[in-house]
Amino acid sequence: MTATTAGTERPERSVPKPQFTDAEAGAREFPDSGPGARRYNYYEPAKRKQTHYEDVTVDVQPDPRHYLSQGWIYGFANGEAGYPLHWTKLKAWGVDEPEPQRGPGSGGMQVKQWPAHGWHEFRDPNEEWEMTFYRYNANVVRQVNQNIDNAREGKSFEQWTPNWVRFVERNVGAWMHIEHILGLYVFAACNRSGPTNMHNTAMAVNSMHKIRFAQDLALYNMTLTEEIPGFDGAAHLDAWNNDPAWQGARKVTEKLTAVDDDWGESVFATNVVFEPLIGELFRSNLVMQAAAQNGDYVTPTVVGAAEHDFSARDLRWTQACFGPLTQDREFADHNKVLMQGWLSDWVPQCLEAARAMQPLWSMPDAKPPRFEDSLDRAKNRFAAIVADLGLETPKELKQ
Amino acid sequence: MSRQSLAKAHQKIQELAWEPQYHEPYMKYGTDYTFRKASKKDPLKQVLRSYFPMQEEKDHRVYGASDGAIRGNMFRQVQERWLEWQKLFLSIIPLPEISAARSMPMLFHVVPNPELHNGQAIQMIDEVRHSTIQQNLKRLYMNNYIDPAGFNNSLRNFQGDYCGTIGRQFAEGFITGDAITAASIYLTIVAETAFTNTLFVAMPAEAAANGDYLLPTVFHSVQSDESRHISNGYATLLMALSDEDNRQLLERDLRYAWWNNHRVVDAAIGTFIEYGTKDRRKDRESYAEMWRRWIYDDYYRSYLVPLEKYGLVIPHDLIEESWKQIWEKGYVHEVAQFFATGWLANYWRIDAMTDTDFEWFEYKYPGWYDKYGAWWENYNRLATPNGHNPIVFEDVDYVYPARCWTCMVPCLVREDMVTAEVDGQHRTYCHEVCRWTDVEAFRPSYQGRDTPNMGRLVGKREWETLYHGWNWADVVSDMGFVRDDGKTMTAQPHLDLDPKKMWTLDHMRRCPPLQSPNVLFNEMTDAQRAAYVADYNQQGPAGRPAPTSA
Repeated sequence: MTATTAGTERPERSVPKPQFTDAEAGAREFPDSGPGARRYNYYEPAKRKQTHYEDVTVDVQPDPRHYLSQGWIYGFANGEAGYPLHWTKLKAWGVDEPEPQRGPGSGGMQVKQWPAHGWHEFRDPNEEWEMTFYRYNANVVRQVNQNIDNAREGKSFEQWTPNWVRFVERNVGAWMHIEHILGLYVFAACNRSGPTNMHNTAMAVNSMHKIRFAQDLALYNMTLTEEIPGFDGAAHLDAWNNDPAWQGARKVTEKLTAVDDDWGESVFATNVVFEPLIGELFRSNLVMQAAAQNGDYVTPTVVGAAEHDFSARDLRWTQACFGPLTQDREFADHNKVLMQGWLSDWVPQCLEAARAMQPLWSMPDAKPPRFEDSLDRAKNRFAAIVADLGLETPKELKQ
Repeated sequence: MSRQSLAKAHQKIQELAWEPQYHEPYMKYGTDYTFRKASKKDPLKQVLRSYFPMQEEKDHRVYGASDGAIRGNMFRQVQERWLEWQKLFLSIIPLPEISAARSMPMLFHVVPNPELHNGQAIQMIDEVRHSTIQQNLKRLYMNNYIDPAGFNNSLRNFQGDYCGTIGRQFAEGFITGDAITAASIYLTIVAETAFTNTLFVAMPAEAAANGDYLLPTVFHSVQSDESRHISNGYATLLMALSDEDNRQLLERDLRYAWWNNHRVVDAAIGTFIEYGTKDRRKDRESYAEMWRRWIYDDYYRSYLVPLEKYGLVIPHDLIEESWKQIWEKGYVHEVAQFFATGWLANYWRIDAMTDTDFEWFEYKYPGWYDKYGAWWENYNRLATPNGHNPIVFEDVDYVYPARCWTCMVPCLVREDMVTAEVDGQHRTYCHEVCRWTDVEAFRPSYQGRDTPNMGRLVGKREWETLYHGWNWADVVSDMGFVRDDGKTMTAQPHLDLDPKKMWTLDHMRRCPPLQSPNVLFNEMTDAQRAAYVADYNQQGPAGRPAPTSA
């Protein structure tokens, strides 16, 4: 019973009392009260107008060459601190200029002309921050889930040919390991190393796409185990660990995590070389080409979501990151030589791994395009990416 | 996703765990910890299929509330006293958040538990969320609050002002040095598990009491991610505890991390909550009461003490000492007084305390008025320019303090100040534990044991050093804390926006030059230094001169 009776009053609760303060914009005029003061004024936007993405990203990671007047205050045992610019061999204009040397009576020595060096000119063309990446990835997982649920309800897995079932359980399953390793041990691992917040956030977002796709494949594998009699949910482990067709790709994938202290090389080798020559070769030019003819309209939608991650987003930021470095006003030649060297190193390894995968093209009953045709398409795609970056197609591509 | 299917899904994604066969990952970061006997479990059980929609839903609530706040004219009822302090807080906090994201790969490299890496990767994503959602909140304040100055240049300001660097420890401490010390013990075991309670729960409640319901909306959403991060830290800690060789390092790191968090977080959040509020109801909790509940009871007694049975050496003495600092030695009050003393070196406006505030402080902290009342009355008296200088130059029984070399908060509890000569430099410390941190803990060997991965304290750790000998007008101009008329200061020691009552560079020009306590300390002879320290230890409370020199 909660009814109150006449004459008994509830004691006044102790709660804060709202007060009219009139503290809203425009309530008074004083220095800095105008609309011109209502913008972040410590950086220069890439275009005429500051974007929302820039406002929440630029200069959150400080730089002693900008405003960090007391310098970094914690260091590693070897004396390095913060985000050293030499954690990649790539260079952007201005990096060889000495850091301001501050001391007693020096003042803050803050940057006179922002930015202090070319790394700060990078902007992720996808303009990713928390609002965008949660919306995007939540939409992807919803789309993938709905496609799989629809297929399950429509009993569409029954239409798969037996060899296609074997193909998916082994090979589409094996691919999840590559995405997982690249997501965690290349992109997430490098998000501590980049020179600006824009670079590191782009790498973190790239890592999410990879880790999410790896899990998408793992959970798809789980569903198929439940839905398809005889589907071996553990076959992907055997393929990944033992199948000669996968050992080349595994070797290159693992080597991408082992790049010697250069985030630039790790990301470049992964997104510029590995992804078109092995990633898209397998995903676009095999799985997505072969599936429908073998009765499977579901797998292309799962794989296609990741294909879109790469081609529409991850490759886009990669081009915006590395392309300008080949045109850099101070270090263009240095960067081109470096990146050409990376191409010469990584292209043969990826082609060797790609050729090792050739037997996979023979597995489905309804055959996909010939392996050599698929590889040619992958090579053409790679050559176009390299040209867009302002680099030469490496002679090793002809191997 | 149901709990059962989530458990199955989590079990399935463990098949992704990777054991290198051809190439080991490049190990960029190091630790002196070992994990030879560690069991390998992931307590988090989070899969991205459910994670992304969950976070998106949380976002919808946050942005819906933001929209509502603007449409509902929230800024007609926010207290300026409160929102001014947010210029400092929201300058600092996006950096610790993004630093936490950047620290996760350090753990991938040193914690041999592929299952746990999944949780760490999700924490990385969470932290990017926190950093950008907080930058966005600050942007909203800048656009809609009466005075945007200080919000609009916050990421320039806090990197160069006289107290922002204190807050930067709460970021750089996560990403530098021994990977376990930084990313596990300092970040997840102490900062997230203990001190986010006051940061993200206690402080938002105070915001709401001051008419600002957006800060609680954003920070409670942030805090809802922290429980998963706490699980990451706990799992790593249990792994570390299973190897007895780690116990000496764990004891060292818990002492350092606890004390540094206490010094930094209690200084800042204590000040915001006690001196940034207009809510003076007697039954609202003081910071000391909140601390007792959230940190002493919830963290120390409920989380930390039970770990003792696993062999963890708990710094009981430092927890009691921290409480003593807050309750008996007035740590928060001393810090707030210091911030207000140096208002001219800041980029926000600091309101004076009134009789209503005095009464509340006296009720919550008996004896407060005798210590701090007269100084705040002087602060109020000297708030608007009227021929006098800012309070720091006036005779109000306050001795400008020396900085602590380690935590960079000044040595405000004067009796506790100690010194050391390190690397050819004479340094002052606010407490023996801060001396120990610099002189013993952050070194390549510890108690006879090699610790080659331990970090270093570097940088220009005393702000005043950079401006030693400068005229104050030049100091303020150099930092950029000037409004768009080119002369009115961003900072003010009051809330009145009448331009005639605001301090300008002209007022600063006539002040005495800035003097660095540390530069002066190093210029002294040994005898002078000894006398300085003896005198310093006699000073206080409330920064009063030593009785002999009064």
